[in-house]
Amino acid sequence: MNWLETLRTASDAVRAHRLRSRLTMLGIVIGISSVVLTVGLGQGAQNKVRDQIDALGSNLLIVSPGSSTGSGGVRGGFGSASTLTLDDAAAIADEKVAPDVARVAATTSTTTSLTVDTTNWTTRIVGTTPTWQRVRARTLESGRFFTQAEVNSAANVVVLGPDTASELFGRGDPVGRTVTANGTSLTVVGVLAESGASSDDASEDDVAVVPVTTGQRMSGATSNAVSTVYVEATSAGSLSAAYQEVQAALLTAHGVSAADADFSIATQDALLETANSTNRTMTILLGGLAAISLLVGGIGVMNIMLVSVTERIREIGLRKALGATPSAIRRQFLLEASLLGLAGGVIGALIGVAGARVLPSLIDQPVSVSVPAITAALGVALGIGVGFGVYPASRAARLTPIDALRSE
Amino acid sequence: MTAPVISLDGVRKTYATGSLSVEALRGIDIRIDPGEYVAIVGPSGSGKSTLMHILGCLDVPTAGTYALAGRDVSDLAETDLARIRNEEIGFVFQQFNLLPDLTALRNVALPLVYAGVAGHDREQRARRALERVGLADRAAHRPGELSGGQQQRVAVARALVTEPSMILADEPTGNLDSVSSADVLALFRELHDAGRTIVLITHEHEVAAQADRIITILDGQVEALDRRSAS
Ligand SMILES: Nc1ncnc2c1ncn2[C@@H]1O[C@H](COP(=O)(O)OP(=O)(O)OP(=O)(O)O)[C@@H](O)[C@H]1O
Ligand SMILES: [Mg+2]
Repeated sequence: MNWLETLRTASDAVRAHRLRSRLTMLGIVIGISSVVLTVGLGQGAQNKVRDQIDALGSNLLIVSPGSSTGSGGVRGGFGSASTLTLDDAAAIADEKVAPDVARVAATTSTTTSLTVDTTNWTTRIVGTTPTWQRVRARTLESGRFFTQAEVNSAANVVVLGPDTASELFGRGDPVGRTVTANGTSLTVVGVLAESGASSDDASEDDVAVVPVTTGQRMSGATSNAVSTVYVEATSAGSLSAAYQEVQAALLTAHGVSAADADFSIATQDALLETANSTNRTMTILLGGLAAISLLVGGIGVMNIMLVSVTERIREIGLRKALGATPSAIRRQFLLEASLLGLAGGVIGALIGVAGARVLPSLIDQPVSVSVPAITAALGVALGIGVGFGVYPASRAARLTPIDALRSE
Repeated sequence: MTAPVISLDGVRKTYATGSLSVEALRGIDIRIDPGEYVAIVGPSGSGKSTLMHILGCLDVPTAGTYALAGRDVSDLAETDLARIRNEEIGFVFQQFNLLPDLTALRNVALPLVYAGVAGHDREQRARRALERVGLADRAAHRPGELSGGQQQRVAVARALVTEPSMILADEPTGNLDSVSSADVLALFRELHDAGRTIVLITHEHEVAAQADRIITILDGQVEALDRRSAS
């Protein structure tokens, strides 16, 4: 008996018991659709984080005040955020000290309300130097970035993020106009283009960038403290060399040993890894739940197949009397179980894909469903059908023809 | 004198159900030649069906030997037995045993499926078999849409579609009225005339009278060998 004929027999049987087949598939459908969705959620979250971190720039080291301890905590951090200064940034920028460093941008960050006429908008004010634009790989939509001369003179100029600009000025061109922050009037000299990070994360696009000196004056800061120093290495290959140089330079400048470091340096990869490990835990947890529901679905298939074997014991006997070999019977029931598994998998995958379309608008989380994930899910569904079909199928195959025929 | 197609020697069958054991057959010796038309008769519970199941390789004797076409079937593996049932034997049952979800045509074609006959050929042969039992116009009907007599004729078509050398029928007319019975018996007569060996189990004497030879079973033993026309 060839496979095609067996397939026809199996699909006939599946269709003959429509309601039962559907109920049997339900477990697989739920399992597969939740696997597709959870994997999609995990993937989506990872993509989002990667976009955000990529949008920071490339070949970046991010230096923050306060040391990260072994357990991941931060020592001497936020409250006394004075361990990193403009002088540190200047030291790193020295080509003799750190030859693998291409550019350095120190930033201060405060949150302030900006006012234009009667419009108010609260945003993050970043104080930095002209190198920031290159380091952070930002382009301008209109106008220009501020210059070193404007930093030196603490000029009252500002470059707005695209979201900030549209909040304050609507569709009009803000360049040349004035915004007020903390009583200081700032002239808008440029507007940044969108950062390219995923659209639902606007923090990189809602920002006001001012010369670092201007920022210090506005906030009344008395020290040279900065909140983050972005360091761009000359190339991807020199990233770890740059890391060493920056670390050595800062340790020397602060006069401390590596064990007492009062700053921490992170690479984009490290940031990505940290974020992903959290995501991965979530994905594994949810995926585990989905896997359990798949298991339950598989047991459902086995259960129904056993019922089906018992119910069709006469049919099996008759087929054997007409010349079916044990392996032909085994194949028939195995294929029937596989068909239930695969059909459940296809429906589950479709529901998963549909869910991936709908879900992001409901829970504000990106869901990315990939072809390999779907293929794997279908493979798993088929595997469940086969795996849980083996026992009922071999039971059917083992029945002696006469016992099967005689049963009423 | 040809070699017998069926040869039973001291065949016993004991059913053990729990502590109880029933001796359904107690030493049967039967020889049936190729092309014979034999009726096996006997009261209910005498062991006729048990005997037919052994003849059809659906069951195995507890003791004694059964040689089919000279081969001891106890030596054969389940796969070989399946092939023998498929190629050499056509079954007709009292309860018809048609698959309710398949059309008459596909029911008839079923043995050919297991014989590995390709789809197109299979359909043609099944159609011819249905024509032979006079049901060509019912090919697309399911068993539920056919009368009992028609269903049994479909079952006969299924039994002859593989051109087996032997037809085994267990009370084929047991559920039929006299007209349908006559139809089915006429078919057997035709098959017999075409050279097939036919073993017909029945408890109706009018039916048994159709056969060339009657073997009477009583209490699991052969009671009388009535050789009428056979030699
Ligand atoms: N599977 C079984 N287990 C136990 N006893 C059985 C089994 N099958 C048949 N028997 C017993 O064996 C004996 C012969 O049964 P069998 O079915 O061969 O009779 P039969 O001659 O065909 O009767 P009927 O004319 O009523 O069909 C009976 O006593 C029956 O109860
Ligand atoms: Mg009987």
